[in-house]
Amino acid sequence: MFIINCPYCGERDQTEFTCHGEAHIARPDNPSEISDEEWGRYLFFRENPKGTHFERWTHDHGCRRWFNVMRDTVTDQIIKTYKMGEAKPEISNE
Amino acid sequence: MSNQNRTIYGGKVNREKPINFVFNGKSYIGYQGDTLASALLANDVHLIGRSFKYHRARGILTAGSEEPNAIVQLGLGARTEPNIRATEVELYEGLEASSQNCWPSVNFDIGAMNNFLSRIFPAGFYYKTFKWPPSMWLFYEHFIRKAAGLGQSPTAKNPDRYEQKFYYTDITIVGGGISGLLAALGAGRSGCKVLLIDENPELGGYLLDYNFSINEKDGKKWLKKIIEELNGLANVTILKRTTAMGYYDYNYLTALEKVTNHHAEFSSTLPRERYWRIRSKKVILAQGAFERPLVFADNDRPGIMMASAGQKYLSRYGVLPGKSVVLFTNNDHAYLTAFEFVEKGAKVTVVDTRDLLNARISEKCKSLNITVFKSYSVIKTYGDKKVNRIEIQQVDKNQNKLTGEVENIHTDCVLMSGGWNPAVQLFSQSRGKLKYDLKINTFVPDKIIENQKIIGSNNGQFNLQENLNESFEAGIAAANELNFNSVEKVNWTGKEEIEFTHSDIEPYMLGKKKVTKGSKHFIDFQNDVTAADIFLAQREGYISVEHTKRYTTTGMGTDQGKTSNVNALALMSHIHNKPVDEIGHTTFRPPYAPQTIGAIAGRSVDKLFDPERKTSMHEWHVENKAVFEDVGQWKRPYYFPQNKEDIHQAVKRECLAVRNSLGILDASTLGKIDLQGPDTAKFLNMIYTNAWSKLEIGSCRYGLMCNEHGMIFDDGVTSRLGENHYHMTTTTGGAARVMSWLEEFLQTEWLDMKVFCTSVTEQWAVLSISGPNSREFLKDLTNIDLSKENFPFMKFREGEVCGVKARVFRISFTGELSYEVNVPARYGRYVWEKFMEHGKKYNITPYGTETMHVLRAEKGFIIVGQDTDGSVTPSDMNMDWIVSKKKEDFLGKRSFTRSDTVRHDRKKFVGLLVNDKKTILPEGSHIVEKALKQPPMKMLGHVTSSYYSPTLGYPIALAMLKDGFSKMGEQVVVPLMNGKIIEATVTDTIFYDKEGKKNNE
Repeated sequence: MFIINCPYCGERDQTEFTCHGEAHIARPDNPSEISDEEWGRYLFFRENPKGTHFERWTHDHGCRRWFNVMRDTVTDQIIKTYKMGEAKPEISNE
Repeated sequence: MSNQNRTIYGGKVNREKPINFVFNGKSYIGYQGDTLASALLANDVHLIGRSFKYHRARGILTAGSEEPNAIVQLGLGARTEPNIRATEVELYEGLEASSQNCWPSVNFDIGAMNNFLSRIFPAGFYYKTFKWPPSMWLFYEHFIRKAAGLGQSPTAKNPDRYEQKFYYTDITIVGGGISGLLAALGAGRSGCKVLLIDENPELGGYLLDYNFSINEKDGKKWLKKIIEELNGLANVTILKRTTAMGYYDYNYLTALEKVTNHHAEFSSTLPRERYWRIRSKKVILAQGAFERPLVFADNDRPGIMMASAGQKYLSRYGVLPGKSVVLFTNNDHAYLTAFEFVEKGAKVTVVDTRDLLNARISEKCKSLNITVFKSYSVIKTYGDKKVNRIEIQQVDKNQNKLTGEVENIHTDCVLMSGGWNPAVQLFSQSRGKLKYDLKINTFVPDKIIENQKIIGSNNGQFNLQENLNESFEAGIAAANELNFNSVEKVNWTGKEEIEFTHSDIEPYMLGKKKVTKGSKHFIDFQNDVTAADIFLAQREGYISVEHTKRYTTTGMGTDQGKTSNVNALALMSHIHNKPVDEIGHTTFRPPYAPQTIGAIAGRSVDKLFDPERKTSMHEWHVENKAVFEDVGQWKRPYYFPQNKEDIHQAVKRECLAVRNSLGILDASTLGKIDLQGPDTAKFLNMIYTNAWSKLEIGSCRYGLMCNEHGMIFDDGVTSRLGENHYHMTTTTGGAARVMSWLEEFLQTEWLDMKVFCTSVTEQWAVLSISGPNSREFLKDLTNIDLSKENFPFMKFREGEVCGVKARVFRISFTGELSYEVNVPARYGRYVWEKFMEHGKKYNITPYGTETMHVLRAEKGFIIVGQDTDGSVTPSDMNMDWIVSKKKEDFLGKRSFTRSDTVRHDRKKFVGLLVNDKKTILPEGSHIVEKALKQPPMKMLGHVTSSYYSPTLGYPIALAMLKDGFSKMGEQVVVPLMNGKIIEATVTDTIFYDKEGKKNNE
């Protein structure tokens, strides 16, 4: 069970949060103009990396804010949490 | 004769305090400080139970939590518990326990014939035998479950209370043996917050049972002082009788504390058990090690036990388990036990698999008259319900075989020691990696993942002297790493008479195929897995360690292979002639030991299991005999029976009252969201499928929400209260989901939109009045102009109702003239009662959810989640009218033109009228192309809603039907579960007031 550092509230137990899958999947600006395949990519295609992953979480039993989490799926270590709208952090090659 | 196996002196039981207990219906006496196992041994009871598969006689193998054999049914009635380890149960007055898995009794057990039939019960027996025909499995299973299995679950409700505790600490130390104690002392002296957990009633671990010296003085006195100092440290919390069960990410541990299990009386103030949820910055594992059994033929008879267990029974409880004892060992340390037994009056013979023996030990054996058979192995044992004779033979290690004469030894107790395995379960749960240590022949910790240390014999380190100082320093280091000040190191000199030596994982040569055939060399006692079974699994291709485990069941059961795993792996290594490291090991998962489900549930049972939500009129409904239904966590009136009405009679009366005069519904549970901000209209345009820009202040509009897949996921009416102020309603069950959905898009996609969403579901009580008399009725109670011209359909007005500030919405879910009166929740019951009183002249009738469902179905209004299931589009529901063609974009729009959503043969929403005008189709019934005698039949759709319509006088149904819109007027068939086949006609979905005149009046 993780400890998650909510960018608004600080460190809290995982039970206060919900994970909502991969982050940084922007809704297309012009859905009516894109192909079925492009729309399908937005709807259905998600990464499942072994290693660094970017996820959306909400602090449901807290501030109810959405934010992003950078997590290593192998060790479950949370590398970083950051607010919505902030740039996707670089993956270091250490 | 009582306590005949008790030594004259010695042990730590209180002989002044006898305790009466009952085992298998017979009364015995033990002493305070005994476990059930030690008290039984003291009374010469060795036969404790029957084994899982072969029903072989089994006794007591160990003296701790790793016990595979001596598991009993403890307690009676609602408090009875199965599979309890007798080695852990502290004796209390009046304790009652019985043997498991035997019938009619443990002494005469019919199931024991399985033992003689064992040739036909090899590994995988059930899989092989009961495989065919597949349809018979359920039949076989019934009998297999009866024959196999362990104890009985209680059938009554558990009367005990369980508590949970959340705990935060700097350092958690698991294990209160010498390593854990010294680590706690090091960390404790540094001033950090320490939690020390130990599963036993007494701290000290294995040193409680052995003699040792510290700085050349009595070690026991020194140990007592250490414990005293720890007890005096305010920053150190000690939990005894507490087992660490799970080790999860980020040093989150769960532990089960037995609070009153060992009390004779059940406490009215204390819980039975307390479940700890512990988060700590650092964890130090100091769980110690388990002694490893040796594998030889019939090594499972009562009277055969681990050497360390014999030592504990003798030195801690003053019980001599046998008078003519054989010690079978492959290491030096076990000789301590031989010496102890001789000192307490037993005759001891040693069988040692090694050919060289430490000179000091040799001499001491000679002086104590102990015969040592060097380079020998026990090859077979005899004795029906207790061991009485063994056979030994010389081992030729080079040739890997037994040689020479078979010799017989008469004995009443065999102590075995095959070396030690660190208790790596929790370490492994924390994803620590193990490696195989060739010196001590077992798995030891290798790579640590969590913020953790592992010390002492738990880390494969068995030397007392090294453990003393390293453990203390580990505690200091851990505190240091958490920025606590260093304390002075201490240098203790610790000594045992015989040090631990490296042990081979030896008589595996005896596990060779030839030797094992026809005899049972048990690897896993609890699951009756023999060496031959492991061989068989390899021959049949179950070579992966995970496959071997599942095929043979080795390492399963309530003990999870604490004594058997390493032996099984070593045997596999031997068979495949590969290093054990390459064989690998199975994964350890929580819980570490069996635990009560009650403790996990804690107080979340009965009324506290799930919150109940009640409206402000709830008590009125109760007083007026409403029957309730659960909608999510809400309690909603289902119907209001009068006199002796059944549901059908009540619903019929309620429906007709609404259609003919006046009904009232408590609609407070509808989700309500207050939306404010300059971009709200723009936001609603994206959320709903229809257009919102032109909605005037004071107007209401129905809206449909789709997800991005274009599927309907909620609906409701939203009203414009002011320039930038809207009031949204959602379905009762969907309220929280919709709120999250709105927040998701505001917070993640459209960060620039200025909109605030606030849930106001519980702030408003909603009284929905419906029926042709509703205007006449409400007129007298409000200052709002209700005239058709000034307050038409789909409008909203504010004013006073019964003197209370109210928002009134003219919307209708019944198709009748309706008003939804919203008042602040605290006035709900007041206004409701006023309505009931004033409405008498209109025969005002309270109605519940069932009537609401019937009335809306008569109008063809959908219920999201009943008529829709997350796979239907607005178009499927014939609701194109509410989908804007003009809006460039809204959630779900793009998906309406995906190839799958435009398929012409999608299921469409239609009405069904049964031709016999009387059958009410069960909801969920399948509509088929052609009714056949039995499935499969080609399915065209299913019934989503179905009721008897009191208004119309015949049943109506709503359904999803393939290509339904082009099937109007056509006939379909619906086969029922009872074999009847019902014919129906496809219609549109509006059965009553097709023009929609009524709600416009």
